[in-house]
Amino acid sequence: MNSLIARAKELLENKSVQVIIGYEAGSNGIARPAFISDPKDAEKLIYDDRCIQNLALYLTKHEVKHFGKMGIVAALPVMRSIMMLISEQQVFAENIVVLGISSDGSLLDMADIGVMKGYIGKADLGNPAKDEELIARLNKLTPAEKFEYWQNELSKCIKCYACRQSCPMCYCTRCSVECNQPQWIPVQSNTHGNMEWHILRAMHLAGRCISCGECGRACPVNIPCHLLTMHLADQVHHHFKVHAGTSDKMSSVLSTFDPSDKESFII
Amino acid sequence: MSEFEPKIVAFVCNWCTYAGADLTGTSRIKYASNVKIIRFPCTGRIDFMLLLKSFANGADGIIVSGCHPNDCHYTSGNFHARRRWMMFKDLMDFMGVDMNRITYSWVSAAEGAKWAEVVNSTVTRIRELGPYVSYNQMVNKPVEEEVQHE
Repeated sequence: MNSLIARAKELLENKSVQVIIGYEAGSNGIARPAFISDPKDAEKLIYDDRCIQNLALYLTKHEVKHFGKMGIVAALPVMRSIMMLISEQQVFAENIVVLGISSDGSLLDMADIGVMKGYIGKADLGNPAKDEELIARLNKLTPAEKFEYWQNELSKCIKCYACRQSCPMCYCTRCSVECNQPQWIPVQSNTHGNMEWHILRAMHLAGRCISCGECGRACPVNIPCHLLTMHLADQVHHHFKVHAGTSDKMSSVLSTFDPSDKESFII
Repeated sequence: MSEFEPKIVAFVCNWCTYAGADLTGTSRIKYASNVKIIRFPCTGRIDFMLLLKSFANGADGIIVSGCHPNDCHYTSGNFHARRRWMMFKDLMDFMGVDMNRITYSWVSAAEGAKWAEVVNSTVTRIRELGPYVSYNQMVNKPVEEEVQHE
């Protein structure tokens, strides 16, 4: 990834950015996020198949923002997260430089947000085949079987909220689960409360989730919680013909409406 | 054992359905007494968590009702609510929560008869479905001492 390192070095040297958010090799052969502020450290940057974490998460973090202007290594899901964050005014386009990575792993020239928008517009926005298969399998079950499946899965939840912490769109400084007047979600872990939490999380991400699957990867007990948000993202596209994170000037589906919205269940 | 009497919670908006239900009463139309009406400022205020909490606290069925499209007192509350219900229904269907237990309707202040019809049909349907056992079992499930992780 010499072109990535060269570009990062150049940006840091001519002070176009103060920090580069990228990946570096971590212990046990994993890739971990790296925050490079010294041009000499740019050589640590890597990009390969292990680099799947959604780095857009860090764009809204105070500790990273205080560096100043940020450069970010971004494959497609990260680009879409950035778009969504810009449209929700959590990130300002003039405050970031995107080091785009194409699907085959080469560096893209992303001069501005317009170029990124064009790239996303042409890209394949489908879900990973593995998740698609699992969703299709779940959709074939009877309601009772689905309920059983999710109860089994969600009973494992330990309420660590890693799904929330890993999500770039879950940037609220005060989340519903931290409010205790009223206490919507019980603090302790039990199947019913866990289900309420995952429903609440999925609903709050409806129309905003860009289906990166980070929540499912972050889960320490392997709950496929990303299927909930992914399924809703698919349904949003089915009903409203929009994909989240494809424009920097898009209101999320649930904060807007169309008088001609069609449903079949209201009598 | 006596016959099962469904417990129904109705979340209604102040401006249309609540006034509609009032009209049902003043028109002396008889309807099932299983419903407990909770008045909200607008359908846009009806949070999906309220529906989940109703089931958790023993409701067998739920009615959510407000102004017809274009009739909202706040112009757009019901349009926003409609989108939210669409998403909520999709999510619940995906998770296997029984959506036959929730009736969504538009009832205006002039539709006293429609309100009676909505309540009666919901009560009949829930009576056939029986108590919401599977949800209650989940709520009352004892917490396991040891959770097995793969």
